[in-house]
Amino acid sequence: MNWIFPDNINTDLITPGRYNQTTDPKELAKICFIEYRPEFAKQVKPGDFVVAGRNFGCGSSRETAVTSLKHTGIEAIVAKSFARIFYRNCMNQGLLLVIGDTDGITPEDELELDIDRQKLVVKTQGREIDVLLPRMMLKLRDEGGIVEYLKRHGLGALEELAKL
Amino acid sequence: MGQNLPEKIFSAHCGREVHTGDTVIAELDLVMAHDTTGAWAIDPFREIADKVFDPERIVFPFDHAFPAPSVAMAHLQKKVRTFAKEQGIRIRTDGVCHQLLAEEYVKPSMLVLGADSHTPTSGGLGALTIGVGSTDAAVALATGKNWFRVPEVIRIVIEGEMPHGVFAKDVILHIAGMLGTEYSAYKIIEFAGPVVEQWSVPERMTLTNMCAELGAKTAIVPSDERTREYLASQGREDDWEANGPDPDAEYAETIVVDVSDLVPTVAQPHDIDQEAKVEDIEGRPVDQVFIGSCTNGRIEDLRVVRSIWEGRELNRDIRVVITPASRRVYLQALEEGLVEFFMKKGVSLTNPGCGACLGRQGGVLDDEEVCVATSNRNFPGRMGSPTAEIYLASPATAAATALRGVITDPRPYLPQAVEG
Repeated sequence: MNWIFPDNINTDLITPGRYNQTTDPKELAKICFIEYRPEFAKQVKPGDFVVAGRNFGCGSSRETAVTSLKHTGIEAIVAKSFARIFYRNCMNQGLLLVIGDTDGITPEDELELDIDRQKLVVKTQGREIDVLLPRMMLKLRDEGGIVEYLKRHGLGALEELAKL
Repeated sequence: MGQNLPEKIFSAHCGREVHTGDTVIAELDLVMAHDTTGAWAIDPFREIADKVFDPERIVFPFDHAFPAPSVAMAHLQKKVRTFAKEQGIRIRTDGVCHQLLAEEYVKPSMLVLGADSHTPTSGGLGALTIGVGSTDAAVALATGKNWFRVPEVIRIVIEGEMPHGVFAKDVILHIAGMLGTEYSAYKIIEFAGPVVEQWSVPERMTLTNMCAELGAKTAIVPSDERTREYLASQGREDDWEANGPDPDAEYAETIVVDVSDLVPTVAQPHDIDQEAKVEDIEGRPVDQVFIGSCTNGRIEDLRVVRSIWEGRELNRDIRVVITPASRRVYLQALEEGLVEFFMKKGVSLTNPGCGACLGRQGGVLDDEEVCVATSNRNFPGRMGSPTAEIYLASPATAAATALRGVITDPRPYLPQAVEG
């Protein structure tokens, strides 16, 4: 299913400061949206999409917000736009962020990403949405994040990323 | 082609001339991570390296929750302490990371990476100071570098005459109200104009600090004589150099803000662009006033508070928490008699650090409580209960509010001589 969120979802809502005191990904997945949307962490299933409005992930740089979302097993976050640090953090962890017009997507819609054509297919509505998936985002998702990438190719491979 | 100031600083750290739109690898002068983001950087660091690139160019301030308020935080801090000892990195426990960076570390024209969203603060010294997350910090700790896209730059020119009772905080809250929370996403804001040129570095840092809330990659004020004065006041005039954009520099956009008609301003719950004039919402009851943070916890801010409280009593029903931004600020306050003055007014004066700003300790709010805070975020749950309400304001508005227990316009209480 799709979990629909409005504009300006900040990282304090994803992992509030008072719960945000561990480095354990499994524990962090349990507190995802703990106060803002308490049913999320209990009901979210691997492959689900998070669908949001503008400026998703704004506010604090806390990377626990990304770790927490990633370890719920979601497929991707689709939003009209993302905040800068959150976007970098997701690239670095290999969690796919998709920029596109999310208006009209419902919790029940069946979504499929066509990465080659840069389209989000809303199968249940018989329509396609243009999306933006930069090469670095896809490369780091395929590599499993920047840490796995540098482990595999050496620290010197950082230079190669800037050439993508 | 002329370069704006961020392009010049990126170029100096890339070994070649770079321009907006380029993706580059840049050498870093300084890497900062704190007691929480630092803890999360250690595991990814160990995956890719054994030794940090240069312990002298790394600092770990413990500020988000120090001394530890819980076993969980004590555990994170022990993890960072063990790592820092092994790598020869200095841990600081004497203030908010951004304040320490401004006081002791950042020089004009530096490129600094900080694992905290308010890293733009030190842009007030003419440096390029960029906030990132913990994995980026881990890459920087290992390599002394990171990748960046040289972004579009928005020039904001601030002009006019600053009215009585209006401070740098009111100006940036007004700009946030004008532009919204996403206007400068992925971009850098370069400030200019006669008002900013007159301002001291602490005032400039209030401005650059809050540009994080506009989505900016960072914000910068060119280094000038006022920057030299600030560095001299911190005992490091030798670190000064002047910098600035080329006369024919290109900008994505130039925005002119005239401050002449501004009045004391707040951001209402629950976002920083919910601008309101204090005079329009005066009288709303308040449970707590918080004066502190990397936005407004400096000695200049504490002096404004005293000027309003001198010869007056605080409202008995309100709680007032003051958190100096650093030990240096605290010691200066002690020297000037401010500590005794605040204690006798019944204030809770806490140790330097982030304090109540992020709701972990030192002034956590209960359900539906209302707080006037000099900090930078008023998201639901930021300072405690998700139903608490936070109004962001200048230290003057916060101090006047503490006198009456309701939101209060500071202008009738400010002596004419005190200027922002």
